[in-house]
Order: sequence, then structure tokens, then C-alpha cells
Amino acid sequence: MQFSEGARIRVKKRTRKGVVVYEGTVMPTAFSKNIVIKLDNGYNIGIRPENAEIEVISGTEGRAERDTSRAERQMKKEARGKPTISILSTGGTIASKVDYRTGAVTAQFTTEDILEAIPELEELANIEGKVIYSILSENMRPEHWMQLAKVVYNEVKRGADGIIITHGTDTMGYTAAALSFMLRSPVPVVLVGSQRSADRPSSDSAMNAICAAKVATSDIAEVTIVMHGGTSDDFCYVHRGTRVRKMHTSARDAFRSINALPLAKVHYGSKAGVPRIEDLKIEILDENYRRRGEVEPELRAHIEKRCALVKFYPGADPEVIEFFLERYKGVVIEGTGLGHVSSEWIPKIKRAVERGVVVVMASQCLYGRVCDRVYDTGRDLLKAGVIEGGDMLPETALVKLMWALGATSDVEEVKKIMQTNVVGELSERTCVLCVES
Amino acid sequence: MVMAELDYGKVGLVAGLEIHQQLDTKHKLFCKCPTTLRAKKDSNFEFFRYLRASKSELGEVDKAAEAEERYRRTFIYKAYDSTCLVENDEEPPHELNREALEIALEVALLLDMDVVDEVHTMRKIVIDGSNTCGFQRTALIATNGKIETEEGVVRINTLCLEEEAAQKLLEERGYVVYSLDRLGIPLVEIGTAPDIKTPEQARKVAEHIGMILQSTGKVKRGLGTIRQDINVSIRDGARVEIKGVQNLGMIEQVIKNEVIRQLNLLEIRDELRRRDAYVEREIRDVSEIFKNTKSKVIKKAGHRVFGMCLRRFGGLVGRQIQPGRRFGSELSDIAKRFGVGGIFHTDELPAYGITEEEVKKLKTAFNASDEDCVVIVAADEERAVSSLNAVLERAEVAVHGIPEETRRALEGGNTAYMRPLPGAARMYPETDVPPIEITEEMLRRIKLPELFEDRKKRYMQEYGINEELAGKIARSINFKLFEEIMSMFSSKGTKVEIPATLVIRTLTDTMTELMREGIAIQNVEEPHIIKIFEMLAAGDFSKEGIPEILKNLAANPEKSVGEIVTELGLKTMRIEDVEKFIEAVVMERADFVRNRGLRAISPLMGVVMKELRGKVDGKLVSEMLENTIKKFLSERYNIE
Repeated sequence: MQFSEGARIRVKKRTRKGVVVYEGTVMPTAFSKNIVIKLDNGYNIGIRPENAEIEVISGTEGRAERDTSRAERQMKKEARGKPTISILSTGGTIASKVDYRTGAVTAQFTTEDILEAIPELEELANIEGKVIYSILSENMRPEHWMQLAKVVYNEVKRGADGIIITHGTDTMGYTAAALSFMLRSPVPVVLVGSQRSADRPSSDSAMNAICAAKVATSDIAEVTIVMHGGTSDDFCYVHRGTRVRKMHTSARDAFRSINALPLAKVHYGSKAGVPRIEDLKIEILDENYRRRGEVEPELRAHIEKRCALVKFYPGADPEVIEFFLERYKGVVIEGTGLGHVSSEWIPKIKRAVERGVVVVMASQCLYGRVCDRVYDTGRDLLKAGVIEGGDMLPETALVKLMWALGATSDVEEVKKIMQTNVVGELSERTCVLCVES
Repeated sequence: MVMAELDYGKVGLVAGLEIHQQLDTKHKLFCKCPTTLRAKKDSNFEFFRYLRASKSELGEVDKAAEAEERYRRTFIYKAYDSTCLVENDEEPPHELNREALEIALEVALLLDMDVVDEVHTMRKIVIDGSNTCGFQRTALIATNGKIETEEGVVRINTLCLEEEAAQKLLEERGYVVYSLDRLGIPLVEIGTAPDIKTPEQARKVAEHIGMILQSTGKVKRGLGTIRQDINVSIRDGARVEIKGVQNLGMIEQVIKNEVIRQLNLLEIRDELRRRDAYVEREIRDVSEIFKNTKSKVIKKAGHRVFGMCLRRFGGLVGRQIQPGRRFGSELSDIAKRFGVGGIFHTDELPAYGITEEEVKKLKTAFNASDEDCVVIVAADEERAVSSLNAVLERAEVAVHGIPEETRRALEGGNTAYMRPLPGAARMYPETDVPPIEITEEMLRRIKLPELFEDRKKRYMQEYGINEELAGKIARSINFKLFEEIMSMFSSKGTKVEIPATLVIRTLTDTMTELMREGIAIQNVEEPHIIKIFEMLAAGDFSKEGIPEILKNLAANPEKSVGEIVTELGLKTMRIEDVEKFIEAVVMERADFVRNRGLRAISPLMGVVMKELRGKVDGKLVSEMLENTIKKFLSERYNIE
């Protein structure tokens, strides 16, 4: 029997007590080897094809082709004096639609669709939506960071007053760090995502997006990540792009600033009731940020991809370094404690440095500063030519190393860059209040 | 108002039931949390969220979901050390609980249903806050079943396995507080076809399904663990879904009152049409009239009053449609959903501190005569206008008929407006939960329990006991123990015969009474009870001693039954000793016995039993006492 997705069928099956008849619409069968139909009461069920008598009642209903041309319209300033925000989509979704007929959940990227789902955005700014990629964030590569940096740069040049980048949360921290190094922007560049899917009424996407828009229209002209600050819908944190890390697999408040305070808090709702957009408030937590208009737009998108992040663990085979020294230009080691590896790694590291590989030490503790002067192993590492990563996050150190090696092949110059604060990724004074409570 | 005896056939009553029963599983349906309810003071964490209705591909939002979103409320959740991130909607659901699935399959087979080949979990949009994610997870397990009732066959359309919602603790203006302990407890939802024709039949169907559920021994018991939703409609009326009838005894009243409500609303409709009534779609600020009012409600609302006019509705808004409820109550319920205290209308005014003078001014403001009805709301502009808009919509519907809606059961059998009926198109797959294929093997492994009804009939036959006693033990969790005791000691070989009634009373009434007295009866284990009957059968003590033995066992579970019988001095006395003791008692009270004659038996019985309880069968003591007194009277005083 021939039928396809969307067809309406009637299935007769013999059962222990007679015959059962199901009637419904054929659904996609991604999760099942059986025939899946949606019954008229909305439920899906799976039917084993054996001994099933199937009758096609009607074929596939035609589906409207999606009109994607709308997303490519030209940017136009509106008269009412509202700022313009360009929303660039890379695959993370802030708006979804559910087709209850087919059960399909589709991510929404066009300006109209985003505004339909989150109409509040329009109260804050004129919104322009643009799809850059449609990929899962774990499939992001350094090439994507570069291209994205170029798109952002062009949008800023074209006159956007703020940029929002929707991004899958898994590698959002890496992208934020990369954009931080690659872009000097006079306007805010905000990355935002959602931890709970946008199709669910409880999704964090709308609140995150609204807070992101609030930041995109503020004077915080840095690359930031704006996400829930707690499990309640009360506030979002504005994290500096080089200081932020995803610290939870699934919770709304997964993103945390490490070794730095978040730049700001965006106050959203309270128990008293649903927030009004005009009541949204930004509370600055760290005054030391780049203001709107302070710099001219500048693009410094260059990357050396042959860099690695290696985690040391008890008994880890030093041959790992052997592999990298043949093929790589830079290695960030996530060492234990203050920044250590076992003594058997040291000769290998020494050899790598001698071959011109830049080796940077970060700590798997995440919190605190690397210091290799305290114990013998540390002193030996320094002697071998390892560079201390200070209080940088291991991931940020990796992205920075890629970026620095992309800028110059002068190893000494790279070492200098790695130990100098470029965009707030590194500080000389370790934050006292920035430890996870 | 229609109130008299109703001919349900004539009014065209059609009803269906939806029964929700919590399952007594170890874990919740989609996480490993226990299914226990908590004291609210034990909550160790609280958070709040908002929910938004997601739009479907066609830009349609479900009607019920949209209505909820219009209220724009904050949802506050109380969490416990017995709840986890899944309840908080901070973690994907785990796989479907297999224990719950097996119970659902068992119930499906008992209801003679066809089980689906593969179970798919769905997300059903519910944005009243009762589910943290904004949808309820639910899966269709079986279809096409039936049960037999005296009035005929009632088809069972669907059996679904779904998550219980969070429990609402408090609802205030603008926010609702929920407790997460209940969220995620597995439940089965059983939906009948609209085959029910009378309120009485509805109750019987609910009882029958309840009996089947309880027979599995795997469902939760107690208040709130089973809830009935009732679908009711009459000819020319509307389908109304009544939520949350917790008490079986209320089903008949709820249906009857709903029929009455619909009949009265139809009468109102006809009258409105006759009058050519309509709703003036204009809401006016009439605060000026009430600036010096004595009405407390209006003063509390800051003297802000808004109103509108229902043309030619006069007298009908105040008309009673259910015992104690007027058409105005319907309008008021809807207004309340927008955070106002309710409405006032000119059919009921002057009252509530509003003077005749004010009513007159109000009518003048709307150019209203006695034919019309002016409705006012005291609240700030935003809430007053949104609530009056809703009232306006509802009043307009009244001209056309009865709205389909979801209502909630009130005490006494009435109902109040809750929300519009949910549309059918609000479900989509829960992709975080993989489907489960139901194999023939799985179904074969399921052992069906003996239904209470069947067990009751068997006991009546096997033990020759009456229906009440048989029913009592058939439903008891101790039914197996009962059968065991009967098979061990009821045979003629024992010294003392153990009657079934004694075992049943002990295992049911006695246990319940002791529990009510605060005795820790759970300390008494099955081997204890078996031993008690073993000693009883051997004539070691008499049946009156049982409660005392149980009490002592509960307090000292480490002791053996034998030890306790000895300690209590319950060891059966020799008949000669009993005789001597009774004689002594009678002699000591010779005057009393002489004066009272045979009427002395009953007071003396108390005296005697105080000493002999549990040592000698009471009936025997009574006989011996009577004989001793008779002998005493005839020998000493020659009284016969």
C-alpha cells in the first residue's frame, strides 16, 4: 500500500478480541520503525505494519512553500526614532512555531515571525532578522566565527544600533570569545540563546531575547552573552564574552561569569506580575566596560586553526603532546590546580616549545589564577617554556591563542599577546567576589 | 426557574466521564522522584515563571491557552528535597516509567480495550501554570473498550497515561502558587463515550471504573487521588466539561444542576430573543456617580467604576439558573478571571451599600429604563475594561444560546466558569521521550487481578457470609490474609471453630477502630495475626481478648503472641474455676440479686466480664451467669 507523510489513512488490525480501526494522518517516523499516525484527538500512536489492512482516504495535502525572501529585505530606519537591531541567526532559536497538524516544530528566523512570537521586541527597537547559518552550535567551526565577525562588522557599518546573535548554547561561549577578539564595535553585540526549547510555553527564549534587545539598545558596546541569571524569570545577566562559560547542561541559569563579575543585570519580572517593557532596567555591576561610540568599527578576523585544548588527568599519556607537536602551532593545557601536569609530561612540553609550539597553561579549576612558581612541577614547566594563562578561562585561552597565532607567526609576539589583556579576558588582580556561591 | 423532577430522556441528556486516577508507583512518570505528597512548610526552594502560548503554524493559538494568557499571571512554584530539576522544567524528562506503563496496560485489559502497538508521548499545551513546562505529557495507551452497566453498555473510548499537574495552593490577583510535589505523579485518564443517559448511570459507571482501578491494588487511595471530569450536554444546549469532581456522591447532583442550568439559560435565550435584546458595546467611566458612595467595595477600588448597558436584559440578569446562582453569577465569574472582585448589576441594586439615588443616576447615565440592565465593575481602568469586555462577550452569547466551556465543580453541586473548551489541536510529540513498542510478550506477562466484585461473590459463596461483609473484606488490603487464615483454621479439626465473620471483623473494623484510637497497628505483622487465630482455634483464649492482644502487640512488636496472652492473663480458665468465680460474685451481691431478680444479669455481666474478658467466651459466661442466678434465686428464695 502506497501512502506518504500527511496522507489520511484508515488502518484495520485484528486484535485478541476482534478488530480495531484507527484513522488519522501519517506522521514522520524518525523515532519509530512503525507507521505513526496522528488520531483526530491529537494523539500519535505507532502501528506495527504486520497484519494491518491500510486504506488511503486522501493523499498528502499540499504544503505552502515557505517564503524566505522576506528575510533579505534592506534595512530601513524608521521615523519614530527607535534604534535598529539586527538579529543574526546562527541556528539557536528564540522563536518557534508548532504545527499541531503534523507535530512539526520549526524554528523561526524572519523578522515577521520573530516579532509575531515576541512582539515586545518591537517596543524596544526596529527589528531586522537575518539567517547566517542554520547549524547546531556543536558543529560551529573557527571559520564560522570569522564569517560571523564579518557579517556583524558589515551590519554595524550599515548602521545597526545593536546586534543580537541567536546561537545554540553549547558553544556560545567560544563564539562570544572569538567575536570579542575579532571585532571592535561601537555598538553592543549580544549573543543569546535558550536552554529550554522555544516551542514550550515556559521557554526562556522570549525573556532572554527581550533582555538581549534591552542590552543591544544600551551603551554596553561589548560582545556579551545575555541569558537567565536564575531559575526564575526575574533577571538576566550580561556576561562579558571572554569571561563566560556554560556551567550546567540544562538549567536556565547555565551561563556564569568566571573570575569576573557579570557586566550588568537586566531586571525583568517580579512575583508581583508580568513585566512591562518600559519597566526593564539595566543595573551595571562592573563600570569598566566599553561605552557606545567609543571606538570605530574594526575587523580583525584571523585565525590559526592548528591549536588544541588538552586536559591533563592522573596518568594521562605524555604521547598526547608528541601528537600535537608534530602538527600544531599552539596548545592550551588544562592542568590541575595552580596549573600542573605530571613530571613525565615536562620533557615532551619542552620539546614542543623548542619546535616553536606555543604552550599555554590554564587550570581545570576554572576559578582562580594559574601560578607555576609555587611547586617544583610548576617551576619546571616555566623552565620548559610554558606560558601561564593567568585567570583566563581555558576555552578563552584557546580562542585567544588561535586568534594571536592567526595575527602573527612571531612566537615571541604571540607569547606577549597571551599575557596581555586585550578585551577584558585577563586581569592582573583576581576578583574577590567572583567565586561561585 | 426549572427545578422540578427532570425527565432526562426528554431533555436529551448525554453525558460522558473522564476519570483520573493516580497510580501508586515508586517513581514519577518522567523522573526518579518519589510520588509522595509533602507538607507545604517543608518546601526548601521557590521560584517563579511566566508562560506564553506558543503559536501554531497557522497562527492559531488554542482558545483555552489564549484565554489563560489574557490573564497574564505570575506562577510561583514551591519545590522540595523530594523534587528535582525535571519538575522545575530545568532538565529533559527521563524515559517513561515502565512500572506506570504496566499498570496502565493492566487497567486497559480489565476494561476490555485494544492496546496500541506503540506508545507515543505527546505534549498537551496547558498554560494555567499547573505544569512548569506549559504542557502536560500524555500518551494514548488503549482504545475501544467497554463496561457493562444495568442501563446498558458504556464504551470506553480512550485510556491515557499522563503526568499529574502541580497542586494549586493559592490564587491571588495576578499570581498563583503551585506545589511541585504532585507534579509528575503518573495517572491514568479513562474517557467514556457519551453513552450515559442519566445522572444515576453516571455515578454507577464511575463506581464501576473506580472498583476496577482499586482491584489492581496499584493505584493511590484517599482524597484527591481520583477525580472525575463530567461532560454534559442536553438537546439545544452545549457541551460543558465539568472539572474536578472529587466525590463520587456528587456526580448525580452536578449533572442534575448542569441540566437545570442549561434549561434555564435556554429559557433566558428565548426571552432575550423575544425582547430583541442586545449588548451595547460601549464601556463608560461612571466614577463620578460614586465619588461619595458608601459602598465598601467601590471605596476599596479607589472610587473607580466602569459600566456598560445590556439593552432589554432587565430582570434576566438577576434570574436564578441554579439553586443559589443567577445569570449574573455567570457574568461575575467571567469578570473575576481578570482580577476584579465581581460585578454589580441593576437587577440586584440598590444593595451592597449602593443607594437608590446612585442607581437612578447610573440608569440616567446610560439612558437605561427598567427593561435594561446596567452592569458595573469597581476596579482600575485596565482591569475594569478587560473584565467588562469579557462580560460583554458572554452576554452577547446568551442571545444565541449556551457557550461550550470548561467549568469547575463547586461545593453543593453547582459549577462556575473556568475557561473555554480547549481545542483539539494542541498536541505535538514529546521528542525528548522515545516511543515504546508494546509487544505481545509484554501483554502476556500482565497478570490480571480478581475484580472486587468477583471476589465478593466468591466469598459469599465459599464462606456463606452476607454481601456487606464479603464486600468489605474483598476490598480490604488484608483479603489474602483472610483467605490464608480461613484455610488454616476454619476446618472442623480445630478445637474452637473460627467463623469467617470474626476474621473479617478483626481484619477490617477492629483494625480501623484501633487505628482511630491512635494505636500503631502497622507494627502488627501478618505472622502475629495468624498466630492469634491459631491460639484462638486451639482454645487458648477467647475471642474477646483479640483487641487487647493487638493493642499490646502494637506497643511491643518484639514480643510473641504467646507471651502477651500470658502477660494479660488471658489463658483460658477451667470451667470449674469460672463457675466458682461467678458464684462468688453472685453471693457477694445477694441482696442486689434478690431485689432485681433476673434483671440483675446484665449489670452483673459487666462485673464478671471485667475479670473474665478474653479468658472465656462471653456467650458462655452469659449463660453460666444466668443459670447461677436462677439457681441462687430458686434455692435461696424459692423464686422461679
